[in-house]
Amino acid sequence: MTTTTQRTASGSSGEGPRTENQGFYTRQLPKYFPAALLAICAVVVSAVFALLGAFHPVPVAVVAALLYLVAITVSSAVIENSRRAKDRLVTGIVYCCFAIAVVPLVSLLSTVVVYGLERFNLYFLSVSMNGVIPSMDAGGVYHAIVGTLVITGLATLISVPIGLMTAIYVVEYGRGRLKQAITFFVDVMTGIPSIVAGLFVVALWMMVFGPGQTNGLAGAVALSVLMIPVVVRSSEEMLRLVPNELREASYALGVPKWLTIVKVVLPTAVAGLTTGIILALARVIGETAPLILTAGMASTRIQANPLDGDMMTLPVFIYQQVGNLGLSAEAGAYAEERAWAAALTLILVVMLLFLTARLVSRFFSPNSRG
Amino acid sequence: MAKRIDVSDLNVYYGDFKAVEDVTMTIEPRSVTAFIGSSGCGKSTFLRTLNRMHEVTPGARVQGKVMLDNLDVYDPSVDPVAVRREIGMVFQRANPFPTMSIYDNVIAGAKLNNQRMSKRRADEIVERSLRDANLWEEVKDRLHKPGAGLSGGQQQRLCIARATAVEPAVLLMDEPCSALDPISTLAIEDLIAKLKENYTIVIVTHNMQQAARVSDRTAFFNLAGTGQPGRLIEMGDTNKIFTKPDQKETENYITGRFG
Ligand SMILES: Nc1ncnc2c1ncn2[C@@H]1O[C@H](COP(=O)(O)OP(=O)(O)OP(=O)(O)O)[C@@H](O)[C@H]1O
Ligand SMILES: [Mg+2]
Repeated sequence: MTTTTQRTASGSSGEGPRTENQGFYTRQLPKYFPAALLAICAVVVSAVFALLGAFHPVPVAVVAALLYLVAITVSSAVIENSRRAKDRLVTGIVYCCFAIAVVPLVSLLSTVVVYGLERFNLYFLSVSMNGVIPSMDAGGVYHAIVGTLVITGLATLISVPIGLMTAIYVVEYGRGRLKQAITFFVDVMTGIPSIVAGLFVVALWMMVFGPGQTNGLAGAVALSVLMIPVVVRSSEEMLRLVPNELREASYALGVPKWLTIVKVVLPTAVAGLTTGIILALARVIGETAPLILTAGMASTRIQANPLDGDMMTLPVFIYQQVGNLGLSAEAGAYAEERAWAAALTLILVVMLLFLTARLVSRFFSPNSRG
Repeated sequence: MAKRIDVSDLNVYYGDFKAVEDVTMTIEPRSVTAFIGSSGCGKSTFLRTLNRMHEVTPGARVQGKVMLDNLDVYDPSVDPVAVRREIGMVFQRANPFPTMSIYDNVIAGAKLNNQRMSKRRADEIVERSLRDANLWEEVKDRLHKPGAGLSGGQQQRLCIARATAVEPAVLLMDEPCSALDPISTLAIEDLIAKLKENYTIVIVTHNMQQAARVSDRTAFFNLAGTGQPGRLIEMGDTNKIFTKPDQKETENYITGRFG
């Protein structure tokens, strides 16, 4: 309303709103301009490189990106204004950084998928290495999948109760020195190198069961040492996110503290807690060094008993196959294929875990129900 | 059953900081007592000492005596959980349990305490409490939807229903209407008038008209200065406090003159 009256008023006095508000207007590059400019840069640079007979995607991409940054800054400075030019330059740089960050990730995934698919099939997933000698075109990872599931499953069974209860103690009950000490030791434990956790369990098993005892349980205990601090940390964060008002609402109804924790705090935080636990699990599922020390490398058969000697897992399987590369040309080729296919299997298992985490947290999140 | 509260020589601390000093008062059963006073003078703090919610805050402690009829609330052998079952509380900010439906929120007191009750009895309690809180008509078709999906005012009435569902002897309300529109506020004031037949009600409010409308007795708290503890300046019949208070301070506060 005010603008129209103002506009007619200033129009009648012979002065358009454009001249009156001149400082507010600026010429603008069209929306498609950056994309078009980037395409032009790419074409020009590839053509130049091709003419010089030195076409290679990496230098072309780098030079084209640099050329684009210069061109967009200059054209924006000329057509628009210097503030816009800076904005466009920084936008360009941010996109470049993003691309640089994504390249290794995509490259890694695609390499694993491409190489892995050569041997990744139902047969590979459903047989073990029992009786397979390195030069045979046979064998699979079933035993390693079973081992990984048993060992990480046991590790989760050990770590989740301990980790969760520690977090509950620290957040809900802890006061003073004991709480500080626990927080400190959890921090320290987060930084323990995984091989040291493995050595610790080797020493423990040596004391309890005598020398040379490797089995799945030892592997699970070693992984728990790594997993517990991660579970404590993430659960602590999640419990702290539960508003104090909910605890007070529950106390005010005459509900004791422990019931408040069990029936109000934990259900409110359950989505975050599960996500945290699954992330911790995903972190230890690829551990190799502690498992070589504790669960051994000798197992080739399918076994699900964590107390019955060596137990193979996916990461150790990969390590072992890579160790076979130098055997003979034939055996080396099969070993390499097996290693990649096992790597693909491991990535798929981890992705499945993440997917479950998302589903679980969506299912439990308070707002989406009902 | 409504109960009387007798407070004598109560000092309330947060760590070394004395927030409330030397309060002695009697809160009559089957009546509404309003607490008024400037911000930060310790009304909420004092209110929370009545049902031992104060000690939930780390470092907080209390000196003095609070009697609920002839039970010494701060006797070392008294279980604070039992005290809170007798003295319910409605908070300044609505805090329904986000993981529970509207229905479950109302019977949360029984549910969280693992009390068994028949479906019929639970239905009865839910309907009665929601009707009392003037919320029944609005939510009766979506009782099993999440409580967090209600508007702010509806959530606050849900919290009131939750507090009355356990039938406490005393109901403490800390600015229950500060986030509500005038219509919900009136609904809650009606509810308070109805509840006072059976309960002892204490309400903290910044709204003088509200204090004058709903309360039978009024207590005025004030600070001697910044960093000083809050004190009870004067307490008496609401009529008297609002027309001819004994203390100059009270008169200044009520008429809006300060300093
Ligand atoms: N958790 C706490 N820890 C330390 N000091 C606190 C805490 N809560 C309140 N206080 C202090 O106690 C004093 C009284 O606070 P209280 O919340 O009781 O005021 P109030 O009268 O309810 O104010 P309002 O009307 O703004 O709600 C204030 O000085 C406040 O800073
Ligand atoms: Mg307050």
